[in-house]
Amino acid sequence: MAKVHLELSDVGMTFPTPKGPFCALQNINLKIAKGEFVSLIGHSGCGKSTVLNIVAGLHQATQGGVLLNGKEVDAPGPERAVVFQNHSLLPWLSTYQNVELAVRQVFGRSRSRAEMRDWILHNLELVQMGHALDKRPSEISGGMKQRVGIARALAMEPEVLLMDEPFGALDALTRAHLQDSLMDIQATLGNTVIMITHDVDEAVLLSDRVVMMTNGPSASIGEILDVGIERPRDRLALAEDRRYNDCRTAVLRFLYEKHKKVEPLAPRRKASAEPTAKAGSA
Amino acid sequence: MNTAQLYLKRFSPSGISVPALGRFALSALIPMLGLVVFLAIWHLGAQRIDTSLGTFPGPGEVASQWSNLVDEHRTERAREAAFYERQEVRNAEVLAQDPDAEIRWREFRGRPTFFDQMFTSLWTVLSGFLLATLIAVPLGIMIGLSQTLYRAINPVIQIFKPVSPLAWLPLVTLVVSAVYVSSDPMFSRSFLVSMITVTLCSLWPTLINTAVGVTSVSQDLQNVSRVLRLNWFTHVVKIVLPSAIPMIFTGLRLSLGIAWMVLIAAEMLAQNPGLGKFVWDEFQNGSSSSLGRICVAVLVIGFIGFLLDRAMLFIQRFASWDKSAILR
Repeated sequence: MAKVHLELSDVGMTFPTPKGPFCALQNINLKIAKGEFVSLIGHSGCGKSTVLNIVAGLHQATQGGVLLNGKEVDAPGPERAVVFQNHSLLPWLSTYQNVELAVRQVFGRSRSRAEMRDWILHNLELVQMGHALDKRPSEISGGMKQRVGIARALAMEPEVLLMDEPFGALDALTRAHLQDSLMDIQATLGNTVIMITHDVDEAVLLSDRVVMMTNGPSASIGEILDVGIERPRDRLALAEDRRYNDCRTAVLRFLYEKHKKVEPLAPRRKASAEPTAKAGSA
Repeated sequence: MNTAQLYLKRFSPSGISVPALGRFALSALIPMLGLVVFLAIWHLGAQRIDTSLGTFPGPGEVASQWSNLVDEHRTERAREAAFYERQEVRNAEVLAQDPDAEIRWREFRGRPTFFDQMFTSLWTVLSGFLLATLIAVPLGIMIGLSQTLYRAINPVIQIFKPVSPLAWLPLVTLVVSAVYVSSDPMFSRSFLVSMITVTLCSLWPTLINTAVGVTSVSQDLQNVSRVLRLNWFTHVVKIVLPSAIPMIFTGLRLSLGIAWMVLIAAEMLAQNPGLGKFVWDEFQNGSSSSLGRICVAVLVIGFIGFLLDRAMLFIQRFASWDKSAILR
């Protein structure tokens, strides 16, 4: 593997609760190379977002830590830009102003006004949002908002791009479209990306490696899958590809066989709960 | 759209829906109807009430007192104009005789009319409210941002919030007379007393609502701010203030309503110029027209209160980023 860029070293997270400490994560060890695209996949509640927030610096790990270029991460910063699940654009600012806020903050001292303007426009063009500069978030669709969120993150020129289910709330067609855009952008810029997803196809299509997490409490990394399909990838061609389907099967098997999660079902739908499923595996 | 319209639709012989004009007429008609019913009840009820100052005034009597008050105001203004005109002529004559003569300029000291009192009240309430806003909004933002500060200040807020203006008044009066000593005062003492009382009572809704608005900034937006490493000032201006604007305005509108109510009471009790004093003077005066004139004052006080609230709503529309929000 190439030189280690980002390292999660024995990361663990324990939350204090009224019933005593709750261990959400433990023994998370992961080394990520520069330019690598890694997805985190696992059932809901397994602590994927917590891992991402620790890398972002929004949460502090109670054990271990995160190293970026050999330096410990202890606070949030623009070199680890986050694309939030629900876009998190400021509703009172236009598309342009939302990106401008980030650009001013990062490049306010080093670039002239004209350069910053060009850079904002460039990033909005990159996500094909150049036509809606003066629109407020409430005036554009969910997919467009998410694109602006990505443009805002990219405009910070981050070393690591952290994405928390960026396309989770979108319809399938918009999602496919944005996945293709993201692959193009990442191929051009070569950002290191960590993406959380629930979607097996998305994980396999986009990632170099898929990190599969076990169920909480005390969630950890279960398996890591090397996708190893050359880029650029084409979703239509891959649909027939044996390696792609093997990868999908491996992830599916992990999620639905080895680490099946049994959600407590509502009483009126209890008919579908099989008794054997309760055993699960942990 | 509403029940009346449905009935119209049902009973219209041809079965055609109510046209837009009819809908507009209805929307104007229903409030008018309410007003007419109110006036009728007032008129009939008033005739049955005999007070020591005569029969309680009905709408007609109040309307004629209104025009009396307008006439008095016109007469007073005419007297004032005449006074200044005479003075100018006299001064010109003095100067013509002796160019070096010292000219004395006298202010007109007439009796303040109803409308003078009204403008005094408006000016006082707006000053008091402005002062309250200047204190409450920044303080609200600070206690909203800092949990520690909130805990420190909260007991004080909770204790002083329910205090009646009438309780503050003696204290404010004494403190102002003791502290505000000046041979050439910029503001009259009575103005300061009324204004400060208004401030003390109208501060709280804005303060509390601002603090709540600031604390309820969404966690996602706070995370954005942290990832961007916004400094304190940019964080407040770009993230906290816009989020809190709707709550701040809710507080401001409550405060302005309270300010106006408190002012009338304070003016009445302290005999400070304004509509409250007008009401009190008429009450003490006890002539046959007094009750009618007090009724005029009551209606005007209500109407001004309504206009102040509408004005705040208008400012809120202008200041709020969310133009689609329904404001009422």
